Amino acid sequence: MSDDSPGGLPTPTPSVNPETQPYWNATADGRLMLRQCTDCDEAYHYPRNRCPACYSESTEWIDASGYGEIYSFTVTHGGVGGDYAEATPFVLAYVTLDEGPRMLTNIVDVDITGDRAGLAIGQEVEVVFAPVSDGDNDHSLPRFKPVR
Amino acid sequence: MSPSDVAIGGIYEHPLREAPEKSTAQLHAEVAAGALDDAGLSFEDVDAYITDGPPSAMSMVDYLGLKNITHVDSTSVGGSSYLFHVGHAADAIASGKCNVALVTMAGRPRSKRGGGRPSNRPEAGFERVYGTATVNMYALAAQRHMHEYGTTQEQLAEIRVAASNHAQYNEQAMYQDPVTIEDVTESRPVSEPLNLLDCCVVSDGGGACVVVSPEVAAELEREAVWVLGQGEAIKHHDGGKIDLTYTGAVESGPRAFQQAGVAHEDIDYASIYDSFTITVLETIEDLGFCEKGKGGEFVEGGALQAPNGDLPFNTDGGGLCNNHPGNRGGMIKIIEAVRQLRGEANEEVQVPDCDTALANGTGGSLGTRMASSTLVLGGGAQ
Repeated sequence: MSDDSPGGLPTPTPSVNPETQPYWNATADGRLMLRQCTDCDEAYHYPRNRCPACYSESTEWIDASGYGEIYSFTVTHGGVGGDYAEATPFVLAYVTLDEGPRMLTNIVDVDITGDRAGLAIGQEVEVVFAPVSDGDNDHSLPRFKPVR
Repeated sequence: MSPSDVAIGGIYEHPLREAPEKSTAQLHAEVAAGALDDAGLSFEDVDAYITDGPPSAMSMVDYLGLKNITHVDSTSVGGSSYLFHVGHAADAIASGKCNVALVTMAGRPRSKRGGGRPSNRPEAGFERVYGTATVNMYALAAQRHMHEYGTTQEQLAEIRVAASNHAQYNEQAMYQDPVTIEDVTESRPVSEPLNLLDCCVVSDGGGACVVVSPEVAAELEREAVWVLGQGEAIKHHDGGKIDLTYTGAVESGPRAFQQAGVAHEDIDYASIYDSFTITVLETIEDLGFCEKGKGGEFVEGGALQAPNGDLPFNTDGGGLCNNHPGNRGGMIKIIEAVRQLRGEANEEVQVPDCDTALANGTGGSLGTRMASSTLVLGGGAQ
């Protein structure tokens, strides 16, 4: 399966809570945000109000560049439930963002069945946004594609 | 009294691997009765009840009608829960809270697939939306380990090969046929680089053990197995600084070794949690049985093979071939270690003169957040 667009994968509605609402609202504008501590300067993910590095509550939103590199990836053929069971094979990955944190995501716009160009640990990637299918929410899932 | 004076007096592994006609509470009750019978004790003797559920400890105490409960623990950390439970039971007994702690687990994922629970966990919105599952999160760890250390699929396959060689002597094992490296590497890819035979079985059933005070142990007919040491740890995502190449055993292992006062060369047998082959490989390294990154070389050439390998492991066939009830394999790890120390493992895989054993449990996911508990157990007159 070749993903020509981020829309090639399921787009389940994320679970949103008051701490993460701004993150998801920003995705609708095509922005990837991180939480950063104003005491220790650590940028972290997933977002939460208290810094997991130094426990400070002095934290704020920052815009991520949207660029990073693949830390690890797996081409998944089975063992998954829900909508993804129908979407195999697909790529699950950790991307190390330029700001430091690693985030779980999918790698799209790669040919999984062919030579797999662009699918390697260390590959530079950039964020793309897939609008969620649930019409009640104005959110997008950040995914990544190879920088070519 | 020190926790090291506390003993495991009874064990029981449910013989079923598929149980469509039984309730989960019924399975708990059956393994409870089995472990108490093995110890020579009765429900009347039980004064502590421990399970991660489901059902909850409260529901199970009610179901069983237990009347003398003075201590309860429901620590729930996935498949490693029971290795936490034994350590916590030892502490509770040592501090005088109780004398006979019954630890049970059961589940029916083979009969009743799916049934994922709705979640209010804080990380929920950032993982499952990308198609995460148990297997592909462990696959991410395997891929990174291979990248950093040159570990190969053939080396991971060695772990399944050793487990399958052991399982051929266990007539209750789900998969009793020995497999080759090629059988593993050529089995269907599930989530690369993990193939079908890199994954544990899905089974119904359960297991139990009874943890007892030295006074109770002295009165039992069975030879006690001593809880020499236990260490536990949570290793997590660290705000995005996760390193997929190691497990929480880097912390739980030294804690257990220190409490037990034993060294690696003292360990005659090891039960290593084997949800996937990569779980075993990383855990062996993290416990210090070989240098970090050298796990692949270590398992080559039959190091895990009982009875004569350097580190005989999972002689029942492990979760990979024998049993992984309720998707939580920790109790069976304890049970097989106790069998080895009693000299009651299957004859062909019984480690000669086995008097110190280790059991390591892994809960949660190598790919995100996980719990690790390491138990060091001793047989005979310690």
